Amino acid sequence: MAEPRPKPSAADWLVFALLLAGALLMCGPFLWMVSTSIKPAAEVFKFPPVLLTAAPQPQNYLRIFTTIPFGRAVLNSLVVAGCVTLIQLIVCSLAAYAFACLRFRGREILFLIYLSALMVPSQVTLIPNFILVRDLGWIDSYQGLILPYGFSSFGTFLLRQYMKTIPRELIEAARIDGAGHLQIYLRLILPLARPALGALAIFTFVAQWNNFLWPLITTTKPEMQVATVALATLQGQFNTDWPLLMTGSVIAIVPMLVVFALGNRAFISGITAGSFGGR
Amino acid sequence: MATRLSQLARTEERAAWLFLLPSLMLFLAFTAAPVIWAFLISFTHWDLFTAPHFAWLDNYVALANDPIFRQVLGNTGVFVAAAVPLEMVLGLVCALGLNRNIRGQTALRVVYFLPVVTSTVAAALVWAWLFNSNFGLINDALSLLGVADLPKWLASSRWAMPAVITVFVWQNLGYAMVLFLAGLQNIRPDVYEAAALDGATGWSRFWHITLPLLSPMTFFVLIISIISSFQVFDLVFVMTKAGPSNATNTLVYFIYQNGFVFYQMGYSSAAAMVLFLIVLVLTLIQYRLQDRWVHYG
Repeated sequence: MAEPRPKPSAADWLVFALLLAGALLMCGPFLWMVSTSIKPAAEVFKFPPVLLTAAPQPQNYLRIFTTIPFGRAVLNSLVVAGCVTLIQLIVCSLAAYAFACLRFRGREILFLIYLSALMVPSQVTLIPNFILVRDLGWIDSYQGLILPYGFSSFGTFLLRQYMKTIPRELIEAARIDGAGHLQIYLRLILPLARPALGALAIFTFVAQWNNFLWPLITTTKPEMQVATVALATLQGQFNTDWPLLMTGSVIAIVPMLVVFALGNRAFISGITAGSFGGR
Repeated sequence: MATRLSQLARTEERAAWLFLLPSLMLFLAFTAAPVIWAFLISFTHWDLFTAPHFAWLDNYVALANDPIFRQVLGNTGVFVAAAVPLEMVLGLVCALGLNRNIRGQTALRVVYFLPVVTSTVAAALVWAWLFNSNFGLINDALSLLGVADLPKWLASSRWAMPAVITVFVWQNLGYAMVLFLAGLQNIRPDVYEAAALDGATGWSRFWHITLPLLSPMTFFVLIISIISSFQVFDLVFVMTKAGPSNATNTLVYFIYQNGFVFYQMGYSSAAAMVLFLIVLVLTLIQYRLQDRWVHYG
């Protein structure tokens, strides 16, 4: 299938060199983060700067776990991002199935209402949601961090677009075989929609892991903080202890790099699907 | 027969609403009702601890007369006006480069995209360290280059905003790049072949073929970038806390600050409504403009 690639021209090599230089610039902050995180305290404020220490201090990475409950924060991030992802997959795929495969009165108008929620900046609902969660007694709770994100217009839209491409004949055939709607959804549609579900899963997980403002205002106890909030709090307490702050940053970033390395195709297809969907 | 059919249709309808039930409940509780509620709160004075009381248009009048809010709007405008074109141009340049016949395409694409999946809080921390005016790498490099009057960056009301913009562009250009790349790969090769027959190469090919055919994607990237830059918060929170003296205070930070630092829920909600209105108007304007300058291939 793959044609033999033509030899790159001189212009292609020049572009390659420029892109490589740009890539180094893009990586710079990551490299400096890692470099600072393993530095001995004495080298941090030296001039000219020490780019790579001769005496790396890997034990810096233990200090953050003893200074604040950072292990718990990372665990909280995992729990919240994992649960939100799971709930969104279920809730959005159920709704998407109804929109894509079932006929009912008010289908188009309800879909439009769901879509219009994409135009509402999340900061608009911040205060009412905070008051709601507070009145429910959900401050410092997992349900308070998770449930407001259980539904996503974007996710429903993405899955519905994908499910619409599944041939109707498959569904009709299953129905003639006596399958109910739930069975068709579970045994036919969900397996066929796996690429779209994968894209949504990875997209949601990354977004939730990096989420900041909502957990910032709905958690007060250190043991309920997620990693991003714990990092920001740490900055307030140890604002010149750069190796400590950089170890925390590295730990907050690495899981997303792993997720992205595993699923970068799915992730990018999720992003681009949103753009072609509107056409 | 007819009753049997309507029976089936009724079962299907009932099934549909059951499938929609979880999303409806969550949508009503955490999106639809809160939007209406936020609108109502914006007409009250409410500190969260005592009962709210109705205040007519007080909050909106106060916003219009608040010099800080005017500064915040100005800052946000500057931020959007600088960050969006930079992000889009750099993203497009990278996409055009990556769309050529070069080595390591996948690896390069991943590297440019990494900042997008990076936690903004963590990224802002390392950039705050890079921009540190006494010991940061950027000023170290500048002084090694012989710059005598080093900028104070995050501590300077002149340089703090450019620093925040830099980080935003660094973090988001990969997002624009990936979208542009998808748009470029959507242009059929035979269009270029036909153009080559007509003698279009290089710049004229770019201006007359690539750019017009890319315009639906450009339009989408523009909307997304404007909306996301209007919502900048994490960067400001970690890098500058809106300082020095409000030089980097932007709309969402202002909403956060009034709501959760000053406990003025009504005032904060009124500012949130302004954000809502801006995003809404922008989206509508751009939908109108789309018809005029977007060429569908």
